[in-house]
Amino acid sequence: MANLKADELGVKVASDPSLTTGAVPAKDWMDTPAVFEPGNYCYQGKSEKVEYISDALKNNPGLFGEPRDWDIESEDWKLPENWKEIIINGIKERLDKFRSFKIFMDCCVRCGACADKCHFFLGTGDPKNMPVLRAELMRSIYRNEFTKAGKILGRLAGAREMTFAVLKEWFMYFYQCTECRRCSVFCPYGIDTAEITMMGRELLHLVGVNTNWILEPASNSNRTGNHMGLQPHTLKENVEYLCDDIEEITGIRITPTWNRKGAEVLFITPSADVFAEPGIYTAMGYLLLFEHIGLDYTWSTYASEGGNFGLFTNNELMKKLNAKMYAEAKRLGVKWIIGGECGHMWRVLHQYMDTMNGPADFLEVPKSPITGTVFENAATTKMVHISEFTADLIKHGKLKLDPSRNDHRKVTFHDSCNTSRAMGMLEEPREILKAVVNNFQEMPENTIRETTFCCGSGTGLNTGEIMDLRMRAGLPRANAVQYVHEKNDVNTLGCVCAIDRATLSALIDYWVPEVQVCGLSELVGNALVMDGEKEKETGLRFEALEGMEG
Amino acid sequence: MKILYPFVAVLGLILIAFLGVQVGLAPVFGIVFPYLALLVFIGGFINKVVGWGKSPVPFRIPTTCGQANSLPWIKQNQIDCPSTTAGVVARMFFEVVLFRSLFRNTQASVYDGPKLRYGSSKYLWLFALLFHYSFLVIVVRHMRLFTDPMPFFVPVLEFFDGILQIGAPTLYVADLILVGAVLFLFVRRVLLPAIRYISLPADYFPLFLILGIALTGILMRYYLRVDIIAIKQLTVGLATLSPTITGEIGSIFYIHLFLVCTLLVYFPFSKLMHMGGVFMSPTRNMANNNRMVRHINPWNDPSIKPHSYMAYEDEFREFMAEAGLPLEKELPAKEEAPVADEPTAEKE
Ligand code: SF4
Ligand code: SF4
Repeated sequence: MANLKADELGVKVASDPSLTTGAVPAKDWMDTPAVFEPGNYCYQGKSEKVEYISDALKNNPGLFGEPRDWDIESEDWKLPENWKEIIINGIKERLDKFRSFKIFMDCCVRCGACADKCHFFLGTGDPKNMPVLRAELMRSIYRNEFTKAGKILGRLAGAREMTFAVLKEWFMYFYQCTECRRCSVFCPYGIDTAEITMMGRELLHLVGVNTNWILEPASNSNRTGNHMGLQPHTLKENVEYLCDDIEEITGIRITPTWNRKGAEVLFITPSADVFAEPGIYTAMGYLLLFEHIGLDYTWSTYASEGGNFGLFTNNELMKKLNAKMYAEAKRLGVKWIIGGECGHMWRVLHQYMDTMNGPADFLEVPKSPITGTVFENAATTKMVHISEFTADLIKHGKLKLDPSRNDHRKVTFHDSCNTSRAMGMLEEPREILKAVVNNFQEMPENTIRETTFCCGSGTGLNTGEIMDLRMRAGLPRANAVQYVHEKNDVNTLGCVCAIDRATLSALIDYWVPEVQVCGLSELVGNALVMDGEKEKETGLRFEALEGMEG
Repeated sequence: MKILYPFVAVLGLILIAFLGVQVGLAPVFGIVFPYLALLVFIGGFINKVVGWGKSPVPFRIPTTCGQANSLPWIKQNQIDCPSTTAGVVARMFFEVVLFRSLFRNTQASVYDGPKLRYGSSKYLWLFALLFHYSFLVIVVRHMRLFTDPMPFFVPVLEFFDGILQIGAPTLYVADLILVGAVLFLFVRRVLLPAIRYISLPADYFPLFLILGIALTGILMRYYLRVDIIAIKQLTVGLATLSPTITGEIGSIFYIHLFLVCTLLVYFPFSKLMHMGGVFMSPTRNMANNNRMVRHINPWNDPSIKPHSYMAYEDEFREFMAEAGLPLEKELPAKEEAPVADEPTAEKE
């Protein structure tokens, strides 16, 4: 990631006139068109990716529209003749399939409690980034087509026709929402704008309006098993490199197994963890941990992706990509599954997997072979989060830990949107942190736990072409990091998310470059005292340990 | 325009009722409209709720606002992240009765730097609560008009509502609070730039309507004397399906009543349905027991299958064999080794 400096992008959140700084737009939002210019949109999906994905889901034709070459900045998106009809029918279908969508279309009172809760609004000051207005972009069409008041009173009732301008607006603002659910926490009716964004994106796909940054990893994941497109031999090799590094640092040689039938546990993590910094350090943490406790587990090359970019397209593709996990668990005959650190991955595993691809009756209720703990909270899904697993090990004193090996780090913790607001995993990571580091400092309230701020680049927005937007959207998160950096000398931002590891690195590099981003398992790996290890002089990223600098 | 139209509309409604009664349509405004309005309200409300109910909840999507049920020694937040029905009931109770989510409200501000600050902001919660509860008290108090004898709690409520003992007839606190709260909500909507920007005529209209109802009610009670006996006769008559209009009730009563009818008719077709929606919102009324109990999606499509392992192995078999990965189907014996273009791992 390029080393971006704060002035290079010229993000001036506090001084640019915007709704957050008190400047009120002169025109009504319905009269303000969305204008695409380089830097404010993600590139359109390549025709061959659309073709590949459509073919993969050929039993459900039409989900991704017609493959074609088109240009977002152009006035002609080469939409199908009947695109409006497709959209309106698509809305109708989804109203009948999702109660959430129906209720959220009807119930908003525009109280504005959600307005300043969205990181995109705080960072851009764009009124349409207030969750309520984002939803109104859709609601206005809903009223026009499906409510009497809207049909009779039109704009007076907040209704408007579906036009190309509206479609552009949808594309712009449904891709400036990271489906983080922060708005939902504050809404008196629990209206979750993320649900509306999901519907919006499904609808856009129907008419072939999409982004390559999402379609390509999704296609990769379908074919090679992971977003990065790593083929089996490369994947294995990457992990071997990590093992080489581990050997150099600790003197211990680890030889993990792959696609091994009869292992007790299948381990699945985002492929980014074995691909690039700083995720690879997290993967080294996993390897050390499993070696330390002698877990009988295997990696898989076929189900080598924890994440699921299908979630950012439509529920059908999400289901298809996710289905590999149970399929592989069944093929290998494992007893249960451990999932690595990732946010949206766990949204899928926690909220959707069992419903979509269960019941996993060929698996057993997860039971830690080391502590005997039965993970009742995963009784039917049979998949346990690595932090739950590790916290349990620590609680039972099964890990030999030397937290002073992390003394060069003053750590704060970033709750991922998904694990906090779509899962409720708040304490486990903190329990782990308290055991593996000596310096842990929370960020201010209103920026952590269930009110945590998004990294600003989730839901497939972690692409380079919208850096400016990402830095703005991530500002609330970065700002809280900066606060503890200045006040408490925090130099490490811990997290349990692969997307975070990549996106926060860019974000923090921009706003608070003195801080490093670190997966939780990296910190665990650093602190583990392995049997037969040599004297450790560096951490997992070859950084000198405190007292070893000389 | 967004403010003016709804304001004019409410004035228009007042005028219609006033003129209507002048031209002798009192029975229409006093008897026909109330029945019609009630029918539309009940029918519309049920229709809407049933309509929502018809759509399934395909996925279990509670917004978890606290620690989930996890390891036994980790303390769960039973209310904000319930995993049992009892917990959900508690969560809903706090949501519906105390507006718990609104209580979380904060106000963000941006400073130079840029720096962000989030201040506590409870006034929307406070006034929303005052508004809804004073409205409720007033509705319950009105039961005196429709029941004979009245239920015991009506006089009790009236006693407490009139506890200030000011004026004759006694001033009801709820009247004051309702008017104050409606005005506050209106002023907030107009003064806060972001809120004004998102507001629709449909947001101002109910405020004006409710203000109109409150003011005509207050006028009737404290200033323009109306024939209470005749009103009660009519209202009890309405409730017992034998309405009669005796004597001169006074236009102000019909205006009040007509505005109430309008509110009833408007209700099921508007955002006021949040009253029903709050109970049915899937992000609030579901238990976060996702990994414990399987949730069923009625339209789950079993034909969606993963890209199969065999297809995967077929594509990569040679590389897999070369890398020493286990295979379901071995390579045909004769083949020469595949050429992997990546460099092989360097071992020290
Ligand atoms: S908080 Fe909820 S009801 Fe209020 S404006 Fe936002 S979405 Fe609408
Ligand atoms: S889900 Fe998150 S990003 Fe989307 S509107 Fe709500 S707060 Fe903003």
